[in-house]
Amino acid sequence: MNALLWTLLDLLLAAMLLGLGWAAVATRDLKRGVALFIAFGLLLALAWARLRAPDLALAEAAIGAGLAGALLLAALRDEPRHEKLAAAHSRAGLWTLNLLSVLLAVVVAWALLCALEMGEGLRLAGAVTDHIGQSGVSNPVTAVLLNFRAYDTLLELAVILSAVLGVLALGPARRGYGLPGPVLGGLIRWLVPLLIVTAGYLLWVGAHAPGGAFQAGATLAAAAVLLRLGGVDRAGLPAAAVSRWLLAAGLLVFLGVGLSLAGLGYGFLQYPAGLAGGLILVIESAATLSIAVALALAYVGGWSRSGSTQPDSTQGGSH
Amino acid sequence: MLPAEIIFGLTGVGLFTLGLRATLLHGSLLARILAINVCGAGVFLMFVSIAYQGAAAMPVPDPVPHALVLTGIVVAVSATALALALGRRLRESADE
Repeated sequence: MNALLWTLLDLLLAAMLLGLGWAAVATRDLKRGVALFIAFGLLLALAWARLRAPDLALAEAAIGAGLAGALLLAALRDEPRHEKLAAAHSRAGLWTLNLLSVLLAVVVAWALLCALEMGEGLRLAGAVTDHIGQSGVSNPVTAVLLNFRAYDTLLELAVILSAVLGVLALGPARRGYGLPGPVLGGLIRWLVPLLIVTAGYLLWVGAHAPGGAFQAGATLAAAAVLLRLGGVDRAGLPAAAVSRWLLAAGLLVFLGVGLSLAGLGYGFLQYPAGLAGGLILVIESAATLSIAVALALAYVGGWSRSGSTQPDSTQGGSH
Repeated sequence: MLPAEIIFGLTGVGLFTLGLRATLLHGSLLARILAINVCGAGVFLMFVSIAYQGAAAMPVPDPVPHALVLTGIVVAVSATALALALGRRLRESADE
């Protein structure tokens, strides 16, 4: 009975995911599509929780649904006219595409079922459980991200940095927003401090429970998005010179720790026993600030023009 | 009963394909970026389903795919931001 109930709930969630995903990409109205995509992201966070991945659920709710949605909405606002959604396709072309899609789905589904059939196979979960005592943290996902596979995370920070440098190179900030009404203004005054405290909590708790630098950084960035929606053009970011350093801080501290350890003879990013927990916290704190500044700058769309505090001023025109 | 990893794994396959199809089909850049995000979500779902397999017997599901997907979510949003910025620049130069 219990198992049946679980299966029914799983099927319901899966059907809603597929339905929302389909509706988000099939709709002719982009605004509708973006709204459906945000709802899709929130349901996906539920699916992560169901699959016992609470770290992912937190990240998805903050980043996948929250920030990606905010980015898409901001881009939608720039769209001068509604473009035609679907390009013209011939009937034969459409059918070929549909046929190929179905074939691809069958092949991927078959591969997935084979992988599931293989059972345990070669898994690293056992290795993680065996060595987690030496990693300096007790949350296995944080242990993998910051210790066992620290190279991945180091390079990921480099990817984020280069993406944001790309955004910054492409133009000035989007035009800002007007002053908020009393309800939104009051909400922002309440939410921003709360988000900052939550980010600090997520960063600290990541060592032994779901949370960590990515979730904390995204929460801080959400505070920046709110501030910008409330008419603060710079979104609470410090001056450009300071922001630049903060943007690079995660990568620099990570590299600095790695190189110092290599210099001391431990090997690159091989934390000495006893120091691992502290070093991970130092790296994560810097990474949190970098991720927050990066995501906030990506939302703002570039450096704000100097001294311009007037919302909806000259920034909207073609440049 | 149908195990959760199969239900959500196949949902992932479905999302991957319909996202990919829409990416190829749409003319508008913004719609394409949205569709490729749905496509990516499908891939993540397949990964996490494989991690979940047999989780009932383990204290926690396999954390390695979780870490990879966490990385993936953050990289996907950075790539989305860059793609949107490129799109904005493209339109601005087309308007000039």
